[in-house]
Amino acid sequence: MDDELSTQTDEPLTTAQAIANLSSQDLGLRKYAAWWLGKFRIEDPAAIPGLIAALKDEEDRTPEGGYPLRRSAARALGKLKDWQAVPPLIECLQCSDFYVREAAAQSLETLGDPSCIPPLVEMLAAAISDGRLLPQGEDFSQPYDSIVEALGTLGATDAVPLIQPFLEHPIPRVKYAALRAMYQLTQDNVYGDRLTQALTVSDLQVRRALLSDLGAIGYLPAAVPISKAHAENSLKLIALKGILEAQITLSPFDRLSDGAVQVMQLMDELL
Amino acid sequence: MTEPDLLQPLLLAISEADSSPRMVEAVEKLSQARLEAAIPNLIAILGYNNPGAAVAAVEGLISLGKPAVMPLLELLDGYNYGARAWGLRALAGIGDPKAIDLLLDAAANDFALSVRRAAARGLGTIHWEELAPEEIAPAQSKVIEVLLQVSQDHEWVVRYAAITGLQELAIASIISNPDLTRQILVHFDRLVESDDNIAVIARIWLAQKEIQDYITEILSQQPELEPQLEIDWQQTLEKLYARKRREQPRPEGDPHKFRDLAAAIVKGDL
Repeated sequence: MDDELSTQTDEPLTTAQAIANLSSQDLGLRKYAAWWLGKFRIEDPAAIPGLIAALKDEEDRTPEGGYPLRRSAARALGKLKDWQAVPPLIECLQCSDFYVREAAAQSLETLGDPSCIPPLVEMLAAAISDGRLLPQGEDFSQPYDSIVEALGTLGATDAVPLIQPFLEHPIPRVKYAALRAMYQLTQDNVYGDRLTQALTVSDLQVRRALLSDLGAIGYLPAAVPISKAHAENSLKLIALKGILEAQITLSPFDRLSDGAVQVMQLMDELL
Repeated sequence: MTEPDLLQPLLLAISEADSSPRMVEAVEKLSQARLEAAIPNLIAILGYNNPGAAVAAVEGLISLGKPAVMPLLELLDGYNYGARAWGLRALAGIGDPKAIDLLLDAAANDFALSVRRAAARGLGTIHWEELAPEEIAPAQSKVIEVLLQVSQDHEWVVRYAAITGLQELAIASIISNPDLTRQILVHFDRLVESDDNIAVIARIWLAQKEIQDYITEILSQQPELEPQLEIDWQQTLEKLYARKRREQPRPEGDPHKFRDLAAAIVKGDL
């Protein structure tokens, strides 16, 4: 992962130009405009209708039948904080393209409107019978990691029985997403500890994802293991920042709680 | 055995390491051997793009101390930014004032945020007492100028690192140069209002507290003072500052001066 290089752009865009390009004849320009609006978080209401329209695009197709422009638009809408996007993103959960469904679930998570909880729950329910994963659930036919993470972030406590079976999912990143969501929904340290223990797994990509998960849930007992994990200091610092912020939010009247001070001492060592 | 004899098998183990954990283990052994002859090898490891190995190599370079400083200064230039950040971290750990100019330049101008943050941190950990007395104040004023600027960097983690650097500088200069400490505290008051990142703000709170604790601790070490004395540290510093301007010059950094002053202030002698 590279947090150092500045973004390279083919040509400089203005907000107005990017919004206009969403309806350009040139598919490349359209897709670039959707990406650009999300990347620079252009929270201009005028950008929303064009991006929502792009969720139904039929022109930009991959040989396998994917919808690249829809994917870009769905990702961008997650960054622009406009709840008008919620119903059309919910519709995208039915799209034939896996990556559109994945982007839609992730954007619904960041937008934070609880009205998307029932359709997300339905997707999990279809993979479970009698509290066990059905074969299609094990196949990763849906973006289960993103769905489960969204439900965790949205505080969907009723979904706990449906998320629980995913703790046994054969794909590590789905399993870790389930641990993360279970911690968020139950605040039970069992799940946080299992997520923390996974930091010692050998795969660097997985460790990086775990660091970001532990930072996102602000899990204080993970602070020391994070500081010792074999990964880039930049990523460890971002994870610890998440924990520090959670500590401060949790105890607003104690500006320097023991937990906050401990996390900062660990961060200092990583600078 | 001579150093080269000890070095060869350790280097062989590194070149034969066939996995990341083995590499880390081999580098740890090389570091623990503390051989000056291994300095160029340890520096080369900083460029391997293996964070575990780099951490071990940095520790090895820090434990070797001064002999590693010139090779680090010479070899760092032009390395990739990952290696540069690790090298700066090693220099920061050693604290040799010879690195000041490189740290100043890196903190203010490097394009890589990991380099800027390591340099900002390192500017706070310089061993000032290794400079000639007349060199300390000019060097510190260059450092504070850059750190004040870096504390407004657009990356939160660089600002965070600058706060730690300013904290250390404020503590290091309390006795010899309370002007500087005051300037830093005033700056913190302003920053805590203007920064929008909660992690940076929390680090400023911690820096303010650490400086306060340090002042309180120095004052409480005076046996003639009442142990439970409440000390308004900001006011204390203010008085120190005012008194310092009036009094006859004594050698900078003379701790006796500070002790006398502190005692006088707390006794209400001013």
